[in-house]
Amino acid sequence: MTPEEAVAAAFREEWGQVLATLIRVTGDWDLAEECAQDAFAQALDRWRRDGVPRRPGAWLTTTARHRAMDVLRREAVGARKLQEAAMLTAPEEPYDDSGVHDDRLRLIFTCCHPALHIEARVALTLRTLAGLTTPEIARAFLVPEATMAQRLVRAKKKIRNAGIPYRVPPAHLLPERTTGVLGVIYLLFNEGYAATSGADLVRRNLCAEAVRLARVLARLMPDEPEALGLLALLLLHDARRETRVDADGELVTLEDQDRTAWDHAEVEEGAALLETALRRGRPGPYQIQAAIAACHTTAATAADTDWADIAALYGELARLVPSPVVRLNRAVALGMADGPDAGLALVAELEREGELNGYHLLPATRADLLRRSGRRTEAARAYERALELVENDAERHFLERRLAECRSA
Amino acid sequence: MKYALLICTPVAGEELSPAEIAEDPRFTSYIEEVRSRDVVKGGARLRPASDATTVRVQGDEVLLTDGPFVESKEYIAGIDIIEVADLDEAISLASRHPAALGGGSVEVRPVWE
Repeated sequence: MTPEEAVAAAFREEWGQVLATLIRVTGDWDLAEECAQDAFAQALDRWRRDGVPRRPGAWLTTTARHRAMDVLRREAVGARKLQEAAMLTAPEEPYDDSGVHDDRLRLIFTCCHPALHIEARVALTLRTLAGLTTPEIARAFLVPEATMAQRLVRAKKKIRNAGIPYRVPPAHLLPERTTGVLGVIYLLFNEGYAATSGADLVRRNLCAEAVRLARVLARLMPDEPEALGLLALLLLHDARRETRVDADGELVTLEDQDRTAWDHAEVEEGAALLETALRRGRPGPYQIQAAIAACHTTAATAADTDWADIAALYGELARLVPSPVVRLNRAVALGMADGPDAGLALVAELEREGELNGYHLLPATRADLLRRSGRRTEAARAYERALELVENDAERHFLERRLAECRSA
Repeated sequence: MKYALLICTPVAGEELSPAEIAEDPRFTSYIEEVRSRDVVKGGARLRPASDATTVRVQGDEVLLTDGPFVESKEYIAGIDIIEVADLDEAISLASRHPAALGGGSVEVRPVWE
């Protein structure tokens, strides 16, 4: 490995860890970021000259610490700054990569603190843990760079001014806060997953970042089955990424996807992780969703899909997460397991309740169930309704294709 | 850190006097918590917004408005200044306040020191 490659690799592997430690030691997010960046810049020079150190992470952390000490000493005008500098010169803790008291865990929980706006949580997580630059994050979320920079500045300011603690929450807060952290990573993944066209490659990169963060979290919280469940879920979805659209950018349904083109290593890893998680005997929404994804990805053909199992899992999920969208998915599964009428009954129930009115997948689901039962005129009407509501181009083209099929039959 | 808990309650909702609050069982948990931990450093129960007078000065003219500076569905019915370790502790106290539990809200503001 050349020194340049070693620095690039260290950046991917160690950025979050170096920054997280510096934030703990200095208590100053901006200074920590500056010093971490500086350490990576120095690494390029020094590693070329002296070779790559045995433990790049430890080297980078120490270098960044020294840099912080210099800056604080130079700026030490008041007693407080001097005190900070004194703290930095305190003997260093042994570099710990066992993951037990990992600073990254403190960083994840702080970035995902519920007192921050969800957009701020996502942006901070990408900037500090994943090491994405502000322009990269701005591009991924389709906002101007200045807007994203402002969002990051504001979030860091709130952490400081509002006294958001830099720590892993105590036991009584942990379950709730863990759910929040998992939610941020899942949201990140979905942002990337929703991007389908080639021009959206920056956004697709979010999937890879989300998987990486889920891996870190699963490693740092080995006793949390939902962290494993989330990683399994992301891998099982990500495995299908290449087959979700065809060469023309048109959406391909699960039924019609080329299963040989799925990433089978990811399928296997996801399925194995899910089993490990389920053995803990504490199921949760991510494990159940991963189990549903596994039903799909481990079926040899679309016809082999165990829809009865999937319907039962959606039933279980709806019990844990009472959401009409989950029930809509259950309607699809029931329609496949017990015939379209079973699904249509549940769709009718959701229509009466009205919570999903305006959501294009409600009429689209009705349309698909009607199409499967051969009621094409009614199906066409439901597709027309779905087309009035749909926003995503790939989905619009898909619905238009289906509508044309129904009309021509 | 010091925080101000701004206790917001719906306009035209229940208006309890300080004496009534002291007796009200809904306040017991909050009052005991803040007392036993000695975190309250000051505060006040405020009369409703309808009793407010808003003062503005334009040139040398003092302009008075009968009512609050801004009409809204909630008004600040009280302020507690607390001193705790961090925002999590402040949130934990705020979430025990009957206003937060019963349809109102508590705004947690760091004190600028």
